[in-house]
Amino acid sequence: MLLEPVAEEEKKYEYLYHIADAKFRAYGDTLEKAFGNAALAMFNVMTETANLKHEMIKQVELTSHDIERLLVDWLSELLYLFEVEGIIFGKFEVGSIKKDEDGFSLKANAWGENIDLSTHHFDTQVKAVTYHELEVKKNDVYCVQVVLDT
Amino acid sequence: MPEEIKIDARSILKKVNDYTWDIPQDYKAGMRVPGRIFVSAPLLASLEHDTIEQTANVATLPGIQKYAMAMPDAHTGYGFPIGGVAAFDRETGIISPGGVGYDINCGVRIIRTNLTADEVRPGMKELIERLFHEIPSGVGSKSKLRASDRELTDAFLHGAKWAVESGYGTDGDLKHCEENGYMDAADPSKVSEKARKRGKPQFGTLGSGNHFLEVQYVDRVYDDKVAEVFGLSKGQVTVMIHCGSRGAGHQICTDHLGILEKATRKYGIALPDRQLACAPAESPEGQAYFGAMASAANYAWANRQVITHWVRETFTNFFGRDTDELGMELVYDVAHNVAKLEEHTINGKKRMVYVHRKGATRSFPPGHPDVPEAYRKVGQPVLIPGSMGTPSFVLHGRQEAMELTFGSACHGAGRVASRAAAKREFRGETIQKELADAGISVRATHPSVIAEEAPAVYKASEDVVDVVHQLDIARKVVRVMPLGVAKG
Repeated sequence: MLLEPVAEEEKKYEYLYHIADAKFRAYGDTLEKAFGNAALAMFNVMTETANLKHEMIKQVELTSHDIERLLVDWLSELLYLFEVEGIIFGKFEVGSIKKDEDGFSLKANAWGENIDLSTHHFDTQVKAVTYHELEVKKNDVYCVQVVLDT
Repeated sequence: MPEEIKIDARSILKKVNDYTWDIPQDYKAGMRVPGRIFVSAPLLASLEHDTIEQTANVATLPGIQKYAMAMPDAHTGYGFPIGGVAAFDRETGIISPGGVGYDINCGVRIIRTNLTADEVRPGMKELIERLFHEIPSGVGSKSKLRASDRELTDAFLHGAKWAVESGYGTDGDLKHCEENGYMDAADPSKVSEKARKRGKPQFGTLGSGNHFLEVQYVDRVYDDKVAEVFGLSKGQVTVMIHCGSRGAGHQICTDHLGILEKATRKYGIALPDRQLACAPAESPEGQAYFGAMASAANYAWANRQVITHWVRETFTNFFGRDTDELGMELVYDVAHNVAKLEEHTINGKKRMVYVHRKGATRSFPPGHPDVPEAYRKVGQPVLIPGSMGTPSFVLHGRQEAMELTFGSACHGAGRVASRAAAKREFRGETIQKELADAGISVRATHPSVIAEEAPAVYKASEDVVDVVHQLDIARKVVRVMPLGVAKG
């Protein structure tokens, strides 16, 4: 596996204060990267993903009527795959996010490994991806904000 | 990580009495009724600004009756605050998953035994270890139930009744369960394949987070007469189960929020928060959600019933006495995340309303037909779980609840610190040791789970319960203290 160089100054995501749930902002110089980093932020609420092997791959294709909804649907789909397929993901590549008459669509790949409770230790369970304080913005870079129900 | 900026809630709220504070209707554009927050002075001091905002947001929804309310344990959620209660007129009002939450019919049940604390204490560590192993919990845990598709559909349709008919309990359990163990509004055809797939392997699991299974004992009796009616007495060991509808409920909420988002636009409903996506209660979209929500609620009742059966089995094996000998009867089971169609008297007129309780417990008074016959003279048992290592309470419903809160009370302690803050501040091993020194055995999948749920991150359950007691919407019957806790 080749290690991708990551610029020191590039902040992928940060967690924000929320009393009961998990709130984060994820960044990217493209919208696609911000979506990928949002997925990384979500899985890191549950467990440390840095050392996961990228031996399983899942493809995700989605269309949603607006961009915020696409973000919720993207993360919800990954959560579904996590629970049903039993894969913990640690790497994401979101292809180009397109807009057409149906709304916004994306194609993405997610890599990870099969859950093994003897080696993976989970902190917080993410129940769902909420619409609360949901944001997709572009300033210097793209910034997406999500509150997870935990 | 920036901490929340505290505001002076008094600058917004208007005091009605020592335990009641109103959000004026002109606080926010679009409010159809005022907001009403039931807190004492100390709880008011820890009230978050967003809890007020979210309560005000609920007040803008069509068909809302009297007040958008927040119980004393309220804290910021999404859509409704946690601890939010609102009733919407059946004809002119809406129904919203934002008023129920993702963990549909998260709830609590309490089982009595005829064991005493002194009998159980010496073997507690071993007993909690066995319970931890017999009842799967934690992220990624799989059930030993292995339900078929048909059984899953039956559980969606008939809840705890399905479980009892399948050998997981007795008819007595159903009589002592809210809704007798199932809502007949369930419509499994409105449950997606995805929700079924998430729900199936998790059917018969406790979950994680604040969910727990606790062995407790009655350490204080406030009302001897009512305690006797509930079959509770000082020193007696009880078991409490706190869990919900698992991935099935989470997915049902996610799916129907999507459908209702479209409906919100279709019906031209203006919303201050997307999480409040809703539809007219009796519209096809509204009823589709209600049918799916009731299916999840039934799944949760079936789940708690199956877990109850395994608790009984574990006790039977451990003590070498059968369930009857151990007197392991269900006292009651309450839902604290649910919407129900109920009859309430509003301005002197009887009306059917969809009461949404999100982190709130039903508190029906003496004489109400929905209270089990055995308890009808005193009102329903209102079960208020504490956080890990802190006391829980059994109260009884009062008439005042029908006047003030559409028959509702608080649901628990309510968080005062985030999970992240808890993990920064506490080490699970230390908390576990402190609790052990206090005579409470805690068994969890990992120490961080214990840190996240450390007693200090919750409001004191006494403070919360005292408010509902003082308001007379539910009155204290007994307090139970933990002996052992198993959590995911």
